[in-house]
Amino acid sequence: MNQLTIKLEKLRIFFKLLFSHRMGLAGFVVISIFLFMAVFASFLGTVDPARTGAVEDILQSPSPNFWFGTDDLARDIWSQTIFGSRISLTVGFVAALITVVSGTLVGLIAGFYGRILEEVLMRIVDFFMMLPELPLMIVLAAVLGPSMWNIILVVSLVSWPTTARVVRSQVLSLKERPFVEASRCIGAGSMRLMFGEILPNVVPLMFAQAVIMITEAIYAEAVLSFLGLGDPTSISWGMMLHYAFESGVIARSMWWVLPPIVSIVALIVSFSLLGTAVSDVLEPGYKEKKGF
Amino acid sequence: MLLVPLRSLIIGVFILGLKGFILRKVVAACLTIVAIVCVNFVIFRMAPGDPVRIMFRDPRVSAEKLEEMKQTFGLDKPLSGQFVAYVKGMARGDLGQSFSHRRPVLEVIAAKIPATLLLVVTALIIAVFLGVALGALSGWKSGTRLDTFILTASLTMYSIPTFALGIILLLVFAYHIAIFPLGGIATPASLYEGAELVWDVLWHLFLPALSIVIWYVGEYVLLTRSSMIEVMGQEYITTAYSKGLKKFRILKNHALRNALLPVVTITGVNLGFAVAGVIEAETVFSWPGVGRLVYDAVSHRDYPLLQGVFLLFAFSVVLANLVIDLIYGYIDPRIKVSG
Repeated sequence: MNQLTIKLEKLRIFFKLLFSHRMGLAGFVVISIFLFMAVFASFLGTVDPARTGAVEDILQSPSPNFWFGTDDLARDIWSQTIFGSRISLTVGFVAALITVVSGTLVGLIAGFYGRILEEVLMRIVDFFMMLPELPLMIVLAAVLGPSMWNIILVVSLVSWPTTARVVRSQVLSLKERPFVEASRCIGAGSMRLMFGEILPNVVPLMFAQAVIMITEAIYAEAVLSFLGLGDPTSISWGMMLHYAFESGVIARSMWWVLPPIVSIVALIVSFSLLGTAVSDVLEPGYKEKKGF
Repeated sequence: MLLVPLRSLIIGVFILGLKGFILRKVVAACLTIVAIVCVNFVIFRMAPGDPVRIMFRDPRVSAEKLEEMKQTFGLDKPLSGQFVAYVKGMARGDLGQSFSHRRPVLEVIAAKIPATLLLVVTALIIAVFLGVALGALSGWKSGTRLDTFILTASLTMYSIPTFALGIILLLVFAYHIAIFPLGGIATPASLYEGAELVWDVLWHLFLPALSIVIWYVGEYVLLTRSSMIEVMGQEYITTAYSKGLKKFRILKNHALRNALLPVVTITGVNLGFAVAGVIEAETVFSWPGVGRLVYDAVSHRDYPLLQGVFLLFAFSVVLANLVIDLIYGYIDPRIKVSG
């Protein structure tokens, strides 16, 4: 019970520091708006975003009927924008979860066991980090075929090495600390040392990595969809831009292009502001500087 | 076949009498290239379904036609035979035929390289100067309002996706205030020559270069700034101050010089990301380079072309990293001593 109180108190201080960080607060507020949009999409005056309309409704500018206008197949842009937040956030969160969990596992194992295992794992990490990310993702997405889950898979496949590398260097320094040594002395096994002693101390780092990975995954989904590798059955912001671009009427239909662009930029910038704030707050000495 | 250039490189290094450091880097780069070649082979064979069928995209194609296609592409052989043929072809510079262009992939790509180089090199040069200057200023004045402003602006610029920024620039400066062209590298059918042609290309180059520069600048500002702040805390800066040297001289000769070391290495690491900017900017502005080729290959499902461009990007990133490692070894005295 006592342990839990300490943990809760630590968490409370963390969020207090995060919200007093101007970038952190700004990022958090904007992300919350998009989360709200994604969760309550069906209640926000939307229709089915993929439903094509009548011929006379094609490329309508914003009006009381179509709040954000319509596209070249008379689909409602307001609904596409709202439902698009679901795709971006789903891809972001799921890909980040997979990336951080697998990256942490590799980093933990490599850092803890060392020797040949570390050498082999780190060479693989180095190799992946050397490859240009976007071309690799494009190639994989093109080969696997267009679907949201393939995009999640592709993003995770390409981005786990960064986390593995960061976690490993943290584990290398953690495993020499006295508390790990103490635990080893009273007979703790490898599993207990890795997951019971070292892992809890890597959690803050994992959290910081997760925010960065969400940002990258959202960006990757947007680019891949924009290049025409998105899922045609669920229209994301990147897909909206792709269709607008292919339609050839992009110049005369600002209402079609602006909502997805503003949404993509706002969401990505917010996550990277939040990411900066999280790394600042987790920096050793920041808490003390702010008087905690 | 790939071992030949590898061996000549190693022998070359020994003859030149360079240190083990360089040897290690060169061997690592060659191994990476071998690995890339293998990965490339595997990726394009893990596609679900029959590659030949995907190529045709028309389910009504006859069985004889499919068989003929398979033979042309060597897909009737077992995997090991395919791999040998693939490596042999690559050693000869044969990357296969592009479906959509109906010409050898290598030829198609090679024709597009100059345009991409023009775009990247221009953007890179402008961004490095601007970014390092702003970053050094920001780090030098760290904690002041100016620093906060530069930092926030760079963070924002750095996180805006290049294609989104490109579309905004395109809509504003090419459609609404039509002072720049909509895309391409030169005015079609213009018959410009000499200075006029140069001017025309520069005019077309402006927006795509700008959208890449903005991203690059943000990155260089962030890198230079953090490196600068670290250097400013070192004792030799305090020494320089106590010797009574002029502020600007300390900034230029003592601080910036050392702060640039990490900037150089990280440039290499981040080249992979820079490739992304090129693909996005070229797509938005229809710049006839290798990046736009990616978009075209994707929309035509032209796998051999896509494969070729991927190899080109991967190889150039590896080579650029090698060059940067070698430069780093040259400018950082510690490596020479210990290597």
